[in-house]
Amino acid sequence: MADTMQFDLVSPERKLASLQAESVSIPGTDGDMVAMPNHEPLVTTLRPGYVTVVAGAETTEYLVTGGFAEISAEGVTVLAENALPKGEVTKEILEEFHNIAKADLEAATEHQNAAAARRVAEHHELLIRHAI
Amino acid sequence: MANLKDLKTRIQSVKNTRKITKAMQMVAAAKLRRAQESAEDARPYAARMNAVLGNLAQGAAESENAPLLLRGTGKDDVHLLIVATSERGLCGGFNSSIAKLARAHANELVAAGKTVKMITVGKKGRDQLKRDFGDIMIHHVDHSEVKRLGYVHAANIGKDLIKRFDTAEFDVATIFYSRFESVVTQIPTALQLIPAKFDVAEETSSTLYDFEPEESEILDDLLPRAVSTQIFTALLENGASEQGARMSAMDNATRNAGEMIDKLTIEYNRSRQAAITNELIEIISGAEAL
Repeated sequence: MADTMQFDLVSPERKLASLQAESVSIPGTDGDMVAMPNHEPLVTTLRPGYVTVVAGAETTEYLVTGGFAEISAEGVTVLAENALPKGEVTKEILEEFHNIAKADLEAATEHQNAAAARRVAEHHELLIRHAI
Repeated sequence: MANLKDLKTRIQSVKNTRKITKAMQMVAAAKLRRAQESAEDARPYAARMNAVLGNLAQGAAESENAPLLLRGTGKDDVHLLIVATSERGLCGGFNSSIAKLARAHANELVAAGKTVKMITVGKKGRDQLKRDFGDIMIHHVDHSEVKRLGYVHAANIGKDLIKRFDTAEFDVATIFYSRFESVVTQIPTALQLIPAKFDVAEETSSTLYDFEPEESEILDDLLPRAVSTQIFTALLENGASEQGARMSAMDNATRNAGEMIDKLTIEYNRSRQAAITNELIEIISGAEAL
């Protein structure tokens, strides 16, 4: 059994990471999950949160704000609308995402309302967690 | 025969023009490289997005409750054309060829009795199409202040588009842009955004995926993103095409200026020689008369 798998993190603008990883934890819309090699094929949407990649002794975290992840036996591909390394995350950035989410909620039509509201709450949670 | 001083000024002014076009060509070359890199960087995301959605869409397209974005409204009465062009001119036939394609398309639709609406991205296309289609332009996206095109810009257009779709402003949306083939060839292209179309015929899509949450929910979430991604790809291709077109246009201009300088220089030398000969004849005939 392979003990590492290919991990790719891509945003619409660039490829952020591509490496061999042992496990990847993903903030799925329906809850966090950890993908390890030979995971069953799965596609999940993301909620705003941190993707954690464990590769050997190194653990890297990336902030993602939605998109989706494609998991297969060979690897994990995270397609995030916005993504950046945790080290670059500041309160201002999180606030901006929060504000965008709020603006979206106001513009949302009835059937997107629930999703937009949840998004605002999730961004709010990120902000609070960052403050701690 | 033109007077010597006039010729000299003309040569100088053409030389100045050549300097400018040469500089523009070099700037365009540098920008082209950057634009190509961004287009390259964006490719993996778009490709994956397409693959996954193609997979999802295949199953969902037949079902009754497929999202409207995928299935369409079932009508094709109102067409929305998004014409993406550049903000700046001096790039050869780049803008005209996109405008031409959009115009042909619009006229065809109108002739078929459809309603056509238009959104323009980029000033140059709007200027060209304003006279014929000014009254059906419903929106203009201004990117003249944008230094580096980001996904946000495409996402904003995408959001606007989906809002209009949700309020039943149109049935079919098509974006017009120029696909970057090489520095010398850019192909004006029409791409249908809504209802969304994906290339499903991919071998990799044979894996059976589980979906979390439900497939329909994922589709609801992903389709708007896919529309934005397609717009983003189109805009990036357009950016690379614009620089490529400008580069070859400016290369041509530089070459033409060079030819013109050669021609003018020959003419200048000839006139100068003629003037000298004239003077000599005068002196000699004057001396003979003595």
